[in-house]
Amino acid sequence: MKKKSASVWLVARWIIILAVLIAIYLPLIMIILYSFSTARSVGGDFGSFTFALYENLFKNDNLLAATKNTLIIGLVSAFISTILGTTAAIGIHYMRRKVKGVVETSSQITVVNAEIVTAMGFFLLMLFLRETVGLPVNKGMVWLIIAHTVITTPYVILTVSPRLKQLNPNLLEASMDLGAGPMRSLLTVMLPQLAGAMVSGFALAFTLSLDDFVVTSLNTSANIDTISTYVYAGLRHNLKNDIRALSTIIFVIVLAVLIAFNIMKDKKAKQQKLK
Amino acid sequence: MSLVKKFQEDGNVDAHENEVIGESANVSLKRSENIIEVKGVTKVYDGVTVLDNLSLGIKRGQFVTLLGPSGCGKTTLLRCIAGFETPTEGEIYISGVPITDVPPFKRPVNTVFQKYALFPHLNVFKNVAFGLKLKKISDPTAKKGVRKYTKAEIEEKVNNALKLVGLEDYGHRDVNSLSGGQQQRVAIARAIVCEPQVLLLDEPLGALDLKMRKEMQIELKKMHERLGITFIFVTHDQEEALTMSDIVVVMNDGAIQQVAWPKKIYDEPSNAFVADFIGESNIFTGVMTKDFVITILNKSLKCVDKGFEKNEKVDVVVRPEDIIITESHGNGQFDGEVLSTVFKGTYYEMEVLASDYEFTVQSQKEFKQGSKVSLEIEPDNIHIMKKRLTINKYIGKVVAENAVEFCGGTFEIPTTDYEVGDEVIVYVPFTAVELTDDEEDGVIGANVTQSVYRGTYFQVQVFTDSDDDFYIDTSDEWDMDDRVGIKIDASQVRLERYSPEEEKSNEEEQK
Repeated sequence: MKKKSASVWLVARWIIILAVLIAIYLPLIMIILYSFSTARSVGGDFGSFTFALYENLFKNDNLLAATKNTLIIGLVSAFISTILGTTAAIGIHYMRRKVKGVVETSSQITVVNAEIVTAMGFFLLMLFLRETVGLPVNKGMVWLIIAHTVITTPYVILTVSPRLKQLNPNLLEASMDLGAGPMRSLLTVMLPQLAGAMVSGFALAFTLSLDDFVVTSLNTSANIDTISTYVYAGLRHNLKNDIRALSTIIFVIVLAVLIAFNIMKDKKAKQQKLK
Repeated sequence: MSLVKKFQEDGNVDAHENEVIGESANVSLKRSENIIEVKGVTKVYDGVTVLDNLSLGIKRGQFVTLLGPSGCGKTTLLRCIAGFETPTEGEIYISGVPITDVPPFKRPVNTVFQKYALFPHLNVFKNVAFGLKLKKISDPTAKKGVRKYTKAEIEEKVNNALKLVGLEDYGHRDVNSLSGGQQQRVAIARAIVCEPQVLLLDEPLGALDLKMRKEMQIELKKMHERLGITFIFVTHDQEEALTMSDIVVVMNDGAIQQVAWPKKIYDEPSNAFVADFIGESNIFTGVMTKDFVITILNKSLKCVDKGFEKNEKVDVVVRPEDIIITESHGNGQFDGEVLSTVFKGTYYEMEVLASDYEFTVQSQKEFKQGSKVSLEIEPDNIHIMKKRLTINKYIGKVVAENAVEFCGGTFEIPTTDYEVGDEVIVYVPFTAVELTDDEEDGVIGANVTQSVYRGTYFQVQVFTDSDDDFYIDTSDEWDMDDRVGIKIDASQVRLERYSPEEEKSNEEEQK
């Protein structure tokens, strides 16, 4: 009797787990599956297996331009925000206790803020700068890079700060004590310790930028599309089948990066254990 | 201070070459008696005074230890010398050059940190070479009169430094792969390779185990002799301080308690704090009946001190090993009974109850628990120290016919001669204060910061929420950091009219 009920629970557990996994992955699986089909819409008659959608993808100039824009915005904003975020994290780390708490918290408020509010904020700021202050700013690439840098910098701070807390508290002092000025100490002593965290911060900032739709759509100009705005536009007008192939590629890239990242982490942990 | 000077008069000044102290120091390289001169340094952190108007001179070539309980300001003082902290007030000189505003990377000192602070991304060799690569040395043949070390010079110096700390073959090793003791050696090599005028050591042995610690103590001492540079060593371990140093600076509450060579610190502590902190001691309150006669525990004893006022109350310290213990013969200075005996390796430590006082006595000879003994103290071994305060002094305000407000509380004290609103000086004898277990029972709340046994009573220091100190003489023992309430016996309190100018002149007199 007891055994039976135990096995019933075991089966129930697996059913729940499977149900959850299916709920998570079904949409992705559908898209991936139909990216290899001639079907007109996802879920319809599968038709026959084909790479045609992928071929179309590389013939679609609009999409290639959007991809280029996305990469430029992502890489440039991630690069700037990594530098800004790291220096900010170091600055915050060495602050007096009382001020530190205030600055730390205020640097993280935008992380929890609703994105639509941030997006509106950028839009209105742009208008304010242009109309009232008279600066030559406009919606478009440069403004998007600025906006993405601002959004992602707090995440870099968030990634670098824990590493700083692990460091020996006297490290910077030891360097200065041995005759290195503040800038040299920062570059030759602090940066090597933070390199790993900075790479993680860069990766996070880049992914966030890649992913962003809300801020981008409100702050981009009519002729500049990123992947996310391109996909959205495609959905609204007439779902272009190419998007299935595009989504699959993005998913595969993200998956590959994730796996590579984990392998790297494991290796590092093993190395440290060996020491 | 004067003690150090006296001790140092016959010490010869080390003709150590002055190093380049950044650009500014090139101009005025004065050679002075003291390599380090700390003048009136005060450091306040978020309203808390960590160093209080502290002055200290350190002679070239000496091994000086800053000793004191945690929080006494010793590390802050070291950090001020290193340049990691800027004094709120006061000046610091190195070789006669004011360096208070010179950043750490331009000071001719190097630091060994408690947690080593080695650079994890560099191997042992590169860690040690770090400072050398940055250093500019004077060379008349070079373009600007200064040049950097060559690779070969760096290699030679690094290898010599590693040899000195016994890590010759460790250059290529990853610093994370070394043991704590080895890491500390690398940290020392990294600092001394720069040939500083002063080596600062911030509890460098604190993280090592006992055996390693003892070894390093001896090695550091040897290194000091070989290098001939000044060492400033911070520790809370009194044994470490006494074994290693030429001069010990005992600190408490951000102020220097005593500066002297180790033997003197031990034999002639300048006050009860030093006596209590250094070694074990029997501390009594005594009365100087006349010159060369002291009364403790109602017994008149001969002593070697004079120059006190007649019947002046004093603190008396007798070291446990200075008490001669014999089988009871009935007419010892003190006759009593052994309460406990503990074997301590080379001697026995006994608690003896005599004249209502628990003496701590150390002797080679064991006396069993319960046996009757007589105690004798040679006049030479009775150390007499001026009692510091016996009265707490505060400034308060009369708020009612029988109430005075001070230290953040309102106390019931008759105020017949004063009007409401008058400012008064309130004198509260140590014996007039009562501590209560429950904070609610007292008029104001406070934290116990120190408790010293004075023979027949404890002298307890508490710190109130309004940042005032209270000293209390009490028969109860209180633990550090206990939260207590303060009550005051109004009949013992004396009031005096307060006028700010008079107050100033009085203070100066006391100094």
